[in-house]
Amino acid sequence: MSSGVAVNLEDIWIRFGDFVAVRDANVNINGGDFFSFLGPSGCGKTTILRAVSGFLDPSEGRVLIGGKDMAGIGPNKRPTALIFQNLALFPLMKVWENISFSMEVAGIGAKERRKRADELLDMIALEGQGDKLPSELSGGQKQRVAIARALCANPDVLLLDEPLSALDLKLRQHMRTELREIQKRVGITFIYITHDQGEALTMSDNVAVMKAGVIDQIDSGHNIYDHPATPFVASFVGENNVFRGKIKSINGNEAIVSTNRSGDLLSRIAPAQLGNLNVGDDAMMFIRPEVLKLGPAEESSKSTISADVMNEEFEGNTFSVFLEGDGGKSIKMSVPNAGQDHISSRGENLSLHYDPSNAVVMPAGELASE
Amino acid sequence: MKKKMIFSNFFKTNGVIMGSILMGLVGFWLIFLIVLPQLSMLDYSFRFNLPPADVGGPKDVYTLSNYQFLIYGSDDTHQTYNSVDLKVFVRTIIAAMMVTIFNILLCYPLAYFLGQSKGSAFVRLLVVLLIIPYWINEILRAFALRIIFGDSGLLNETLMFLHLTSEPIDFIRHDVALYAGLGYAYILLMLFPMYNVIESLDRNQIEAARDMGASWVKIHRRIVIPHAKPGIASGATMVFMLSAGALAAPQILGGPSSLWFTQLVYQWFNDSLNWQQGAAYAIVLLVSTITIVLTVMRIFKVNMGDIGK
Ligand SMILES: Nc1ncnc2c1ncn2[C@@H]1O[C@H](COP(=O)(O)OP(=O)(O)OP(=O)(O)O)[C@@H](O)[C@H]1O
Ligand SMILES: [Mg+2]
Repeated sequence: MSSGVAVNLEDIWIRFGDFVAVRDANVNINGGDFFSFLGPSGCGKTTILRAVSGFLDPSEGRVLIGGKDMAGIGPNKRPTALIFQNLALFPLMKVWENISFSMEVAGIGAKERRKRADELLDMIALEGQGDKLPSELSGGQKQRVAIARALCANPDVLLLDEPLSALDLKLRQHMRTELREIQKRVGITFIYITHDQGEALTMSDNVAVMKAGVIDQIDSGHNIYDHPATPFVASFVGENNVFRGKIKSINGNEAIVSTNRSGDLLSRIAPAQLGNLNVGDDAMMFIRPEVLKLGPAEESSKSTISADVMNEEFEGNTFSVFLEGDGGKSIKMSVPNAGQDHISSRGENLSLHYDPSNAVVMPAGELASE
Repeated sequence: MKKKMIFSNFFKTNGVIMGSILMGLVGFWLIFLIVLPQLSMLDYSFRFNLPPADVGGPKDVYTLSNYQFLIYGSDDTHQTYNSVDLKVFVRTIIAAMMVTIFNILLCYPLAYFLGQSKGSAFVRLLVVLLIIPYWINEILRAFALRIIFGDSGLLNETLMFLHLTSEPIDFIRHDVALYAGLGYAYILLMLFPMYNVIESLDRNQIEAARDMGASWVKIHRRIVIPHAKPGIASGATMVFMLSAGALAAPQILGGPSSLWFTQLVYQWFNDSLNWQQGAAYAIVLLVSTITIVLTVMRIFKVNMGDIGK
């Protein structure tokens, strides 16, 4: 099988009439990478994928696959294979015919097609099921057939449009690992679309986070989670407590934020926003629930928050504690389950502290809507 | 077991009273309007055409003579064939097949276009425009076509004006008008079933095939046509049956020398007042067309159940 081929999007704009679906997207995807586009519904993910696969031409900008400009090259001529959001298996063809359809198109004889289809069926752990119809398979099996069908064409780039969204949670988690393994085995570039951050973070080498046609951040899943570049990314990926306020002072890569309701708090400045923050600016500071710890800070009161316990939920591996700070500010804290009966009792006043290097502050902006 | 379930579910969803009324109506329709009349025709076709006094008398026995007449004519020795009527019969069947095939070829691209540009206001307008001419009754439409195809009709006038022909072409004698009329009469019965199935085809399937390099021909052969098959089959069945059994269009648009088989049936009933003979002819037509439809469905692997969809 071919090793990975790079995909580059250069200054891509995609418009439908007056509506801008994708705004100035620049993305460089390394060959052999598992790359994800993550964003809420309707943000333009499918649209970008259709531009890569050739079903629509960008209004502006270039799509390069393996360094070659794809302008004017139709979907049937591109080295890409697309797995559709609804899979789009051919219901009237048997499973093996589905898988080997690209070979049928190429005029390859039935015997050879069947052989290749059986090999792929082995790979997706569906040996002996080639003579079934797609309707006789379970959701996860259909899923795997769609992957085999796309891989049968020996594409350089596999494009996957939320292929797991129709599956139940258990199967989805199982398919994540499976997809990642298939990708490692075939070694080709995967471009994966999802609105599920868990999927994006677990599977991808790199993730692009999108909001309403704009790519906010491209980075490894780890960096996206730990070093979000914008308020949208910070609030869309994972859970976060948001503290609004103004910058009081800046010292290197740290700033003191005078928050609206929780006093002055110390935080690291988002690396991507270093230099973009000035004293007096409207800012948003983010502290993840698992970063908050019980008890007041020892060194500085600028990383201590006091709040009243409203409610506590047991979630198995963690306890989620919901608190209300001064002025009704709601705060969530996660505490690992180490065998305690409970963490707090309702109405109790708690002091919480955090490590300022685990908090992040950036210029105020749009949050992901819940 | 399964049948029972269907019935009990039917009564469960519709209630006992409503369910009984529905079943009763369908039963009445089937028995009194379809089965009984056809059975009496069948009975007629095996009897002699007797004067009223003899009906029910000793002479009123079953016979095959009406059917023999279609094959051998009045030749009791069965040496010669009734070539005139047989020719009309074969010609009718073949012409009805032609009309059907022509309608399939014409409607498929149209249905594909309509079905795939779903929901657009323009398409809805097109569909309405297609339906409106059918508010005009069949006879009127046939006569209108006769005028258009006539010696001094619109078509000939145009052709002569363009100097494509020096004298009028006799479209009626050459049956062009007849075929056009028959094709036109039932074309919507072909278009709508096809349109319905094609509209239900997931566009992603077409794109998936295209993504895998399939040409348009391949996409239609492997994806669209197999999907549309039940619609094509139900449209083709209706058009074939109705064309073979049409009376108005052949009467009005047929050439003087070319009879349609239904016209023979009509003549036996109406002009010769020999209902027994007419019934035999009609039964032959019915059985032949049903046999042809079932055979073609078998060849193209279409199930009866799919057609009802
Ligand atoms: N052909 C089109 N014409 C007009 N607008 C379109 C067209 N295709 C997409 N859009 C618009 O572009 C935006 C992005 O659509 P897209 O399908 O890319 O979203 P998405 O991120 O894939 O969402 P989802 O997660 O729901 O699949 C939407 O607002 C949609 O209405
Ligand atoms: Mg989408």
